Amino acid sequence: MKHLIIISISFCLLSLNSISQGSIPAVDVKTMDNQSFNTGEISNDGKPIIISFWATWCSPCKRELNNIADLYDDWVDETGVKLIAVSIDDSRNASKVAPYVNGQAWDYDVLVDSNFDFKRAMNVNNVPHTFLIDGNGKIIWQHNSYSEGDEYELYELVKKVANGEEIRH
Amino acid sequence: MKQTLTTLTCLFYFFLATFCQNHNEANIGEIHGNFETTNQYYNPDTAIGAPNVPEKLLSSSFANILYSRGNFNAGVRLESYLNVLQGIDPSYNDVGIPYRFVTYTMDNLNVTAGNFYEQFGSGMILRSYEARQLGIDNAIEGTRVKLNPIKGIYLTGLIGKQRLFFDRGPGIIRGLDGTISINELHPRLDSITTKISVGGSFVSRYQKDDDPTYNLPENVGAYSARLNLNHAGFSFTGEYAYKINDPNSSNNFIYKPGQGALFSMGYSQKGIGVSVSGKMIDNMDFRSDRTATLNNLTIGYLPALSKQHTYNLAATLYPYGTQPNGEMGIQADLVYTIKKKSKIGGKYGTLISVNYSRIQSLDKTYYSDASDPDSTRMGYTTNYFKVGDEVYFEDFNIDITRKLNKKLKVKAAYFNFIYNMEVIQGLGGKGTVYANIVVLDVLYKLQPKHAIRVEAQHMRTEQDQGSWMTGLAEYTFSPHWFIAVMDQYNYGNKDEGKRLHYPIGSFGYTKGANRFMISYGRQRAGIFCVGGVCRNVPASNGVTLTITSSF
Repeated sequence: MKHLIIISISFCLLSLNSISQGSIPAVDVKTMDNQSFNTGEISNDGKPIIISFWATWCSPCKRELNNIADLYDDWVDETGVKLIAVSIDDSRNASKVAPYVNGQAWDYDVLVDSNFDFKRAMNVNNVPHTFLIDGNGKIIWQHNSYSEGDEYELYELVKKVANGEEIRH
Repeated sequence: MKQTLTTLTCLFYFFLATFCQNHNEANIGEIHGNFETTNQYYNPDTAIGAPNVPEKLLSSSFANILYSRGNFNAGVRLESYLNVLQGIDPSYNDVGIPYRFVTYTMDNLNVTAGNFYEQFGSGMILRSYEARQLGIDNAIEGTRVKLNPIKGIYLTGLIGKQRLFFDRGPGIIRGLDGTISINELHPRLDSITTKISVGGSFVSRYQKDDDPTYNLPENVGAYSARLNLNHAGFSFTGEYAYKINDPNSSNNFIYKPGQGALFSMGYSQKGIGVSVSGKMIDNMDFRSDRTATLNNLTIGYLPALSKQHTYNLAATLYPYGTQPNGEMGIQADLVYTIKKKSKIGGKYGTLISVNYSRIQSLDKTYYSDASDPDSTRMGYTTNYFKVGDEVYFEDFNIDITRKLNKKLKVKAAYFNFIYNMEVIQGLGGKGTVYANIVVLDVLYKLQPKHAIRVEAQHMRTEQDQGSWMTGLAEYTFSPHWFIAVMDQYNYGNKDEGKRLHYPIGSFGYTKGANRFMISYGRQRAGIFCVGGVCRNVPASNGVTLTITSSF
């Protein structure tokens, strides 16, 4: 009996894994100018979307977003990708988000998730955590933490998604 | 007994089989989750003050499972503390499901039953949130209704009790919040570049008065009003909060009402961002149990008005923590990018950020007429037009980041701290610490996916434990591997026997959203903070294994 259960659980998890392409949950967050925004409205006209969770106090997050910023114009030209940087700064640091983003001259769409509702709904343990969403709004890839050069792997995947290719896990 | 177990097992199996089968066919919804486990094996180390841990191995884990289908969401969190890691409140001593909820959204109405997290405005009078690494989770358990009657108007009502470890606090929280986003009210207003929103909240706590001595208010109400303004690159946000008299353990059971005010102004455009903020907090400790202490059962959240640092010595030795019973502070922040391809900015541009914060006491006059107990129970009066004399905290810091070429990136930082240990940590006789820190952080890319990063940090101070040095080297091989070694050396300790090294090595593997990390070595006692709330972490020596995963 025990074995049967273990086998069926494994089977179940495997089948879940093969269809783990979730959609973006609809949660209320704020834009940088303090307007309400529902994450269910995230879209990019059928083109790929990157959602990157970060914070003003997180060094690897800032390294990741700064490194992508150097390449972002090319990425957008070549694939039409849009990056949404979701800050999880709480009310201690939320007012520093806009000055930081503009001070760095980032061209990303920025959302502020001060009480971690979106972070929770996306099952993020810690930042940085990056998701890739395909043209149908399905989450097809995610990555936790950042190492120098991770952006190259991400961009390879973005190109595949933009060309309508399958991504293998 | 055995029969029941078999029946249950069969039922479970049946459910599982049906579920898996259906999952691939119809729209039965989505299941997602995340998981984290931290396990530490402790060696006693008397030199650094690491205690003998009787269990040798301690383990804290949790797993969130979320189910969603259309407008319906449900979730649970399983938590296990066997036993809880050193430094987190040992009242987390169980295995269970302390978090579960169902949510349903229908047109403009959203209903949650079970546990939920919520924040009104900046959180001064209500914020329930989780900071798992600190052992903070004051989720409310009860009912919440969110209503969006017309575009631009957002209402929230809630009632519930707060989580306290594997139990609930005694007080009942009732809360109402409303936000009006002026620009959303009418399509014509939407096109105006000036964005305005106003909001207000009311929160009340009921807790029975069974105190034999004092006549305590059973219903304690608090309200707040806020304003947000944005125009072109300018922004203003401000909030004022008031709480009626709420004698509690934190304020020494005085009957004085509490007040708080926060504001922040900013201006930014491409390449430059500045912000100035200020705050005043007076007797604002608000909890769902008037006798609760530490980080337990807080209803209001009072953010610390200082920069949250990341470099080891600047972040964990002398970080500021809000004084809920009274403080006044200011902060200014500048982020500036010197243009690319300019003479000073270099080929890739240079980023400069400067930050200053200073927090002082309130100007309080205590009632001291012992013959008039009514007035002494009011505690004190505050002169809001004057800043108190005592300095709690000051932090001036500047950092400069510059990419020299495709391979080399350098960051230099300087910090100057004034830290009133007596007030912030409540350690009488410890006085105030004056510390200067310099950091050099160099990143060198060997190949596009291979990089070495080295940090050298130095803190100079005459007080407390004296001066420190930290060295760190980190090698990353994208996208999977990293290895790091760090040593902290308390070379300036007045007590020669405490001039110790704290070496630690870490190794990690990441694949997608799965991450494994193992570290071995000594960890210095320090203050570990997330979002301005801190906990003291005792010194430890041993092996730590952490696994995190999301699906």
